[in-house]
Amino acid sequence: MSLTDDYRRREESVTLATEPEGDGETHELLTLNIGPHHPATHGVLRLLATLEGEVVRDIKPIIGYVHTGIEKTAEDKAYWKVIPVVERMDYLSYYFNAMAFCGAVESLLGVEVPPRAQYLRVIHLELNRLASHMVWLGTSALDLGAISMFWYCFRERESILDLFEMSSGQRMHTRYFQVGGVIEDIPPGFEQKVRKFLAVMPSRADQYADLLEKNEIVLERLRGTGVVDEETLLKLGVTGPLLRAAGNPWDLRKAAPYSSYDHFDFKVPIGTVGDNYDRFRVRHAELYESTKIIEQALDGLPEGPHITTDRKVALPPRHELATSMEALIHHFKLVTEGFRVPPGEAYYAIEGPRGELGCFVRADGSAKPARVHMRDPSFVNLQALAPMVRDGYIADLIATLAMLDPILGGIDR
Amino acid sequence: MPDATGLELLAQELREADSQSVIDTQFHRDRATLLVDPAQVKSVLERLHDKGYTFLASLHGVDYYPEEPRLGVIYELLDMEEIDRISVKARVHSEAALIESVVDVFPGADFPEREVYDMFGVVFDGHPDLRRILMPEDYEGFPQRRDFPVGGEPVLFTFNEETSYGKWQ
Repeated sequence: MSLTDDYRRREESVTLATEPEGDGETHELLTLNIGPHHPATHGVLRLLATLEGEVVRDIKPIIGYVHTGIEKTAEDKAYWKVIPVVERMDYLSYYFNAMAFCGAVESLLGVEVPPRAQYLRVIHLELNRLASHMVWLGTSALDLGAISMFWYCFRERESILDLFEMSSGQRMHTRYFQVGGVIEDIPPGFEQKVRKFLAVMPSRADQYADLLEKNEIVLERLRGTGVVDEETLLKLGVTGPLLRAAGNPWDLRKAAPYSSYDHFDFKVPIGTVGDNYDRFRVRHAELYESTKIIEQALDGLPEGPHITTDRKVALPPRHELATSMEALIHHFKLVTEGFRVPPGEAYYAIEGPRGELGCFVRADGSAKPARVHMRDPSFVNLQALAPMVRDGYIADLIATLAMLDPILGGIDR
Repeated sequence: MPDATGLELLAQELREADSQSVIDTQFHRDRATLLVDPAQVKSVLERLHDKGYTFLASLHGVDYYPEEPRLGVIYELLDMEEIDRISVKARVHSEAALIESVVDVFPGADFPEREVYDMFGVVFDGHPDLRRILMPEDYEGFPQRRDFPVGGEPVLFTFNEETSYGKWQ
């Protein structure tokens, strides 16, 4: 018997079923604190794990370490000034936060978003989804010990951030989406740059798969760990890639299309078992689908205005200010007070990189929202951590947490 | 979203089961809301759950200051088969902010209910673990209430370090 065979045999002999029951010195439960500052928690997340040997018997996530009161801050700002603050909630999916907020305000105002703006939004949302998945893949692989993945993923993310910088002047938290459309049209040459990126992206995604899928360590750590069935996930309110990995093809882009998503032809990748490997595969397959959507959006990009022509909501073009008194008045009103939104409540949900990202806005008729609440997918999905890791090994906890993809900025807001 | 007629029919059906349950309906900008008696929230949500609204998409707290009953709890329900959303709203008095927890119907309401308790002080009766979730455990007050001032906490500077709450020893 070779050394590895013996190791495998001993490894397999240790199962949860053979753990002896009862109390006593050998069965003492150990409470282990993980975090809040720990590289494997993907942010400032604290976990109180109750261990029996190496087996996690219970886990309690403790959050709030990066609570910044953004929802309270938003109540003190004019609607268009809320956009930069809500973008900072889930700091990897800033376009999605802005989209959810703008969508809620647009539905309260009854503003029609021009088709070109909808397409530009889709292009940026999907680029953002790619960037967000890049960070997830890089950091998750890092947790599993595959350090080189981190550099490759951040290389691609860097090119996406360059594209954001080109279209909006900022790499992150771009304030590009405005109520009624986008702040300005894409600059000349942007389309070529995006196409250049799209040409390499699928082959890069292939390379990621080659690196990870044939890696025995990654496979061993992902396959069959953190399994939770679809029904439990639905009860816990889990959406996004986690739910799709369990075999439920729920995707708001297909189910309730917003911002012209129904114009594009794309598939919704789903898993079969609902383990960490499926979560990895689903997100990885989404990289290709997002690339396809951006390509189609660039091909079919309609002509027309990039923001609504309703001067009560959107700033007038700069050149009008020199010639039109009316434009000057509108500009002054919008910049000083902002626009007023008729009283009402709206909940606008979109498919973020982590699941249903919904924004609830209550307007009281003034120029500032009376309540802004984000249903952040990370916050709700974190509830599924306990069923995922319970009665598994603590090493699997790290892999499961990585595949859960929580963003603490979004959880704590 | 059910349309305005569909919402009325649904409200009628719920009223038939319990005449006190639905107080009012609102239909605004394609958003259907049932205004529900806070004592009946759980039974209404259970009935809606049986009717197909099985997914609790979100749970928000709202403060309608200065109107009373001031605090609102809004449940966003989703029917994944029909792809239909409905919101259920219950309003409670700020002095007696008590509402029944729905964690046993929708286990996903756990964290959101804790958040509403943390931010607005609405007590969810029957919640298994009702503690503050985002604010520190020893925090006083409910920061998302509209009468809670922004910047209400004294900031520690050199000139007030002797008198401020975090007095340097």
